[in-house]
Amino acid sequence: MFSRDTWHEIFETIQKNKLRTFLSGFTVALGIFIVVILVGFTNGLQNTFDEFFSDDATNVFFISPGRTTLPYKGYKANRKIEFDNTDLTDIQKNFPLFLAYSSPRISRSALVKYKNESNTYTNQAVGPAHQYNEKTIMMKGRYLNQADMHNKSKHIVIGRWVEHDLFKGENALGKYVDLGGSAFKVVGVFQDDGGDNEERLIYLPYTTRQLLEKSNDNIDRIIVAFKPEIGYATAMAFENSLIQFLKDKKNISPEDENGIFVRNIADQYQQNQQFAWVLAIISSVFALGTLIAGIIGISNIMVFVVKERTKELGIRKALGATPKDVIRTILMESITITTLSGFAGMLLGVILLGSLGEKLEDFFIKNPYIDMGFALIATLILILFGAIAGYVPARRAARIAPIVALRDA
Amino acid sequence: MIVIKNLHKSYTIGSQALHVLKGIDFTVEAGELVAIMGSSGSGKSTLLNIIGMLDEADAGSYHLDGVSIKNLSETKAAQYRNKFLGFIFQSFNLIQYKSALENVALPLYYQRVPRKIRQKKALHYLEKVGLAAWANHRPNELSGGQKQRVAIARAMAAEPKVLLADEPTGSLDSTTSYEIMDLLQRINDEGNTVLVVTHEEDIAAMCKRIVHLKDGSIMQDQNVEQVRAATYVQ
Repeated sequence: MFSRDTWHEIFETIQKNKLRTFLSGFTVALGIFIVVILVGFTNGLQNTFDEFFSDDATNVFFISPGRTTLPYKGYKANRKIEFDNTDLTDIQKNFPLFLAYSSPRISRSALVKYKNESNTYTNQAVGPAHQYNEKTIMMKGRYLNQADMHNKSKHIVIGRWVEHDLFKGENALGKYVDLGGSAFKVVGVFQDDGGDNEERLIYLPYTTRQLLEKSNDNIDRIIVAFKPEIGYATAMAFENSLIQFLKDKKNISPEDENGIFVRNIADQYQQNQQFAWVLAIISSVFALGTLIAGIIGISNIMVFVVKERTKELGIRKALGATPKDVIRTILMESITITTLSGFAGMLLGVILLGSLGEKLEDFFIKNPYIDMGFALIATLILILFGAIAGYVPARRAARIAPIVALRDA
Repeated sequence: MIVIKNLHKSYTIGSQALHVLKGIDFTVEAGELVAIMGSSGSGKSTLLNIIGMLDEADAGSYHLDGVSIKNLSETKAAQYRNKFLGFIFQSFNLIQYKSALENVALPLYYQRVPRKIRQKKALHYLEKVGLAAWANHRPNELSGGQKQRVAIARAMAAEPKVLLADEPTGSLDSTTSYEIMDLLQRINDEGNTVLVVTHEEDIAAMCKRIVHLKDGSIMQDQNVEQVRAATYVQ
């Protein structure tokens, strides 16, 4: 069946019927190409969605104080809400079951000087747990620890771009910098996948910040992380009771939407994942549709090919081709064309996806890729169905009596 | 070579049965050159199709070189056609996208003859019909007479027992027709059995025996003095 002679005959026929070969080959190649590109783009989209969240923990709420809009319990409306250290400890005390960690965050901006270099950087006064929710990666030294909080020590952790710009290649570790008029010792240098801006931050103990600001106990914002194992629904319930608790403590009307703001990363993440999921389903439907269209395309071409070749097949039968020979001639030809062009289309798609990389990032498609196994299976399915689609007209052609096929004008 | 006894064939067209062959008794010895004549509807093409195993009789027997041709499967019929018969058609029926050489080699391909031997044999038969120089030309680059000569070479290539020619000169002018008949006569001179279906008297006269068919029966079957086509060909 696979003798050299058979192949020779097939390739000769393919070579000499270029239009026919091109039509069926193009249909198959295009079908597979589109499937590969669609699936690849969907994966690229998924990459972008994942990326939005990958540099920060997703089990986190950011709680910020606002201004009340409703009078409540004798307090007037438009009262400014502030958080202080007791809020932090109260949360820790009241929600031990749900709470993974928490940290305050007080953001300021200050001029930072080292020797002759100076620049203005955002500094965030935080607790030790802040490292987890930002997924801060230490390159050198250490992060802020509990002792720093307790001692209100003048220690800072700086982003790698701060070190790069201020220290000009010098090792920043153990050096002192002037931050807003006070001397701070650099105890660590970090990097962050969130990008350059996050690597231009400076972290200091929140207790030190409070000391510098006339020993108050204000905290701008509270970051609360729940235990991931409690699940999405419980996390939402935790969020509600947390807000209720804080509103109650701060005498804010339960109906007042503006007293306290919560940015729920978990919720946003969930929504984005759902969005990506819906997109994946839509593109799968399109990919499947393309595959089916490709199969129908091949079937049509095969019917046309057999029709066009009826006379030739009649001649071949008169010269001694058995029905098996006829079926084989048509099938192997169609399988050869679909296989070659199918893999060509697949390779082209894979190469295009690979070459795109981050070029389509503006369209939220990053590093599109396709699982090779999936691409192979899609190609094989098309080849298989192409063969089945070819078999039906081939069998019919094999049954045509040669006199009928040879009957001519 | 061919022994046919009491052959019947009818076609049903709608509710009517059309009795095309009404008990044909017909024998052809090896080395004969027989013309089958008759007007259209006389049953001559049906007879040729049955002899060519392209169609099957309803009743009667047909032996080809001692082999009974009856209830053949498609595959068996194809093998017998390949082994026993060479076809020559009015419209040549060459495969357009194949060169003359490849067309001639095709029956050998279905005999599973190795490629090299196939091409050598095909070239030999092309030489025989005087077209070796045209071996690599496609049919559309050949004249009608050349095409028919390629078809004859193809029919010869498998070295069949019988050559069946269905109106071999029907699409050709008279000069070319005589050239083709000259070729067939020379093939016959070498001992090959040739059956020619024709409605042209002068073509029939170039055979050694003429069988007249009318309304499904043999009216006349006589040996004739063969007119050599070569006398017309310069």
